[in-house]
Amino acid sequence: MTANVLGAVPAGIIPEPLLRAESVAGKFFLMFFAIAFFAAVFGLVLFLASLFRGRTGEKWQGVVFVGPTLLLVGIGLVYPAILTINQSFKGRSGEDAYTLSNYTAMFTQPELLLVLRNTALWVILVPLLATSIGLLYAILVDRARGEAFAKALIFLPMAISMVGAGIIWKFVYQYKQTSRPQIGLLNAILKALGFETQQFLINAPLNTFMLIIVMVWIQAGFAMTVLSAAIKAIPDDIIEAAKLDGVQTFKMFRFITLPSIRAALVVVVTTIGIGTLKVFDIVRTMTGGQFDTSVVANEFYVQSFRANAPGLGAALAVLLFVLVVPIVVYNIVQMRKEA
Amino acid sequence: MAQRTLTTGGKGAVARVPIDPPARHTGDTADTDVGGSFTLYNGSSGTFLPVKEGNDVMATVKFDQASRIYPGNDTPSVDRLDIDVADGEFLVLVGPSGCGKSTSLRMLAGLEEVNDGKIWIGDRDVTDLSPKDRDVAMVFQNYALYPHMTVADNMGFALKIAGVDKGEIRKRVQEAAGILDLTDYLERKPKALSGGQRQRVAMGRAIVRSPQVFLMDEPLSNLDAKLRVQTRTQIASLQRRLGVTTVYVTHDQIEAMTMGDRIALLKDGILQQCATPREMYDRPNNVFVAGFIGSPAMNLVSVPVTEDGVQFGSHRLHVDRSLLGSSGNEVIVGMRPEDVEVTTNEDGLELIVDVVEELGADAYVYATPANPDIRLEGVGDDALAKPFIARVDGRRVPDKGSKIFVYPNPDHMHVFDKESGARLG
Repeated sequence: MTANVLGAVPAGIIPEPLLRAESVAGKFFLMFFAIAFFAAVFGLVLFLASLFRGRTGEKWQGVVFVGPTLLLVGIGLVYPAILTINQSFKGRSGEDAYTLSNYTAMFTQPELLLVLRNTALWVILVPLLATSIGLLYAILVDRARGEAFAKALIFLPMAISMVGAGIIWKFVYQYKQTSRPQIGLLNAILKALGFETQQFLINAPLNTFMLIIVMVWIQAGFAMTVLSAAIKAIPDDIIEAAKLDGVQTFKMFRFITLPSIRAALVVVVTTIGIGTLKVFDIVRTMTGGQFDTSVVANEFYVQSFRANAPGLGAALAVLLFVLVVPIVVYNIVQMRKEA
Repeated sequence: MAQRTLTTGGKGAVARVPIDPPARHTGDTADTDVGGSFTLYNGSSGTFLPVKEGNDVMATVKFDQASRIYPGNDTPSVDRLDIDVADGEFLVLVGPSGCGKSTSLRMLAGLEEVNDGKIWIGDRDVTDLSPKDRDVAMVFQNYALYPHMTVADNMGFALKIAGVDKGEIRKRVQEAAGILDLTDYLERKPKALSGGQRQRVAMGRAIVRSPQVFLMDEPLSNLDAKLRVQTRTQIASLQRRLGVTTVYVTHDQIEAMTMGDRIALLKDGILQQCATPREMYDRPNNVFVAGFIGSPAMNLVSVPVTEDGVQFGSHRLHVDRSLLGSSGNEVIVGMRPEDVEVTTNEDGLELIVDVVEELGADAYVYATPANPDIRLEGVGDDALAKPFIARVDGRRVPDKGSKIFVYPNPDHMHVFDKESGARLG
């Protein structure tokens, strides 16, 4: 999109060397120029806003502030979305006559049905497992000695990009024949225990579950952090009142803790759910979607940029969008309810 | 109950009931055990002993040298507390913030560890029991209602956990709701209730359980002033009706005076005095009690000791020398504002009138000693010079800025040791 925006600027306004910064100095200069340009635009917006005063002026100030954002959202998000939806109805190539063929293909072709099944597995398992593990962990370490350290341990994967996580776990799953020295942790363990080594990333349907574990590993930290904060926000006196009412451990969790953190739980499950629906990097890095592991986002990429079927790719993107929207809406409604 | 006799009439009536005394009586109090009979007091309101409905279990409470030291602290937050609470009694723990009153209550609830000593409920040693096994219900300062449950569920929660059947729970919740005027709100969530209603739900939650002991931790402090006064009376009368032994914590001495059968005043974790409101008012054990109980506060003045008494300004007060025996050259003389004789003759301590508060029938005169060397003793904010307060007839009020002389009514004056602050005589 950036190219388009810059392309819209009449030639000559931006000096030629800035568009093709190749030397180190040039790149630095470009960076400073970009920052200065950003500051200048911001200054201009603020300056324009300051020109309007009084009651009607406030409305114009609003326009000045919201305008640039709306413009960028429009050209960056809304316009491409409309193009994509349009394209999805125009056959495999995205250039033919209007048809529903891409959508019928999605729900009839066995390879694409497999993609949908995989995505469903991901969306069911990842939020469930990540939230359960995060919750259990949050409760176990709550007010324990070394809580901060224990939390850091499980939160750290959040700081790793999904590509990074994919590479790390690819090493963990690395396959060598049983007779040879093992470099993959998991197979090394199997061998030490006297089992045959496994091709974790090739054997279907095991490989999909192995990929799901990576996502759970990343998301459990997020779940733990949010839920731990929610648990800490339960007032002490409510816990004490419950103790006096005869509640202990498991019942405390069932009747007091769980209902008290319900809102946070919903946010965590939906947020992870959205992230999982869109999962791409892990699959791309670890299997490239081969061996029956592809998911919607990966298939969208493959069809659009590899299989030369941008129309089908667009249809997959639209499907993803349609699946994400209800979760986002539910998420927002829940958050409104709490506030 | 038929053998109950009133030893004195009117306010502060004391009823002596010949029931078996608990093993040891309150250490620090000035009440007297006559012939082994255990003394039960009414509140200052002159009401009689609680009329019990049902509850047959003797639920006395006994702090036996109970101490609490928070980890990392040198001094105990509660220091060898000794209090006996009789069955059905309303005992108020009162004191300034940080005095250990809430900690004591939480020790009784089982929410706070007891580091030393024991706590008894009835004849059970509950020192190491978990809260759920103590059969006590607590009303918290912020009510601690479960936000995700309806009023009815809040009130019935303890019974549900205890496995009581649903019909029984509903019946008891309805009953309590009837008493507390909550019947219309049973299906609401706490969020949809006013502060006063929430407070009543918190009370209801305690009542529904019909525990051996009610514990209340400043339950009125979040209500506005008017509601607080109303609820104060309601709680006190409800407690008498139910006859459940109650330990009530407050920092407000007026609440303590109006609600308690007896008051236990704490300071720095140490029990200062445990007695009826009347006795606390009439015979404070020490300077701290004298200054804390009563509003406006008692006037406390350091005065020199003479051969046959003390010198109060130009006024000589006769005090038995034997009482002053061990004290030094000075003692503290205390008098309540209503026990101050005010005169314009040069007799007594010379004061300059600062402010006069007209209350209609009476007026309070706030004055400072003309001699700046004379400082008024008192509890609390030491940075501020304490005024001398006298109650005068509303029709004969001194002018602001005028000079007056005061001395205490000898029948109602209190003498305290200057060093220890302890009461002399």
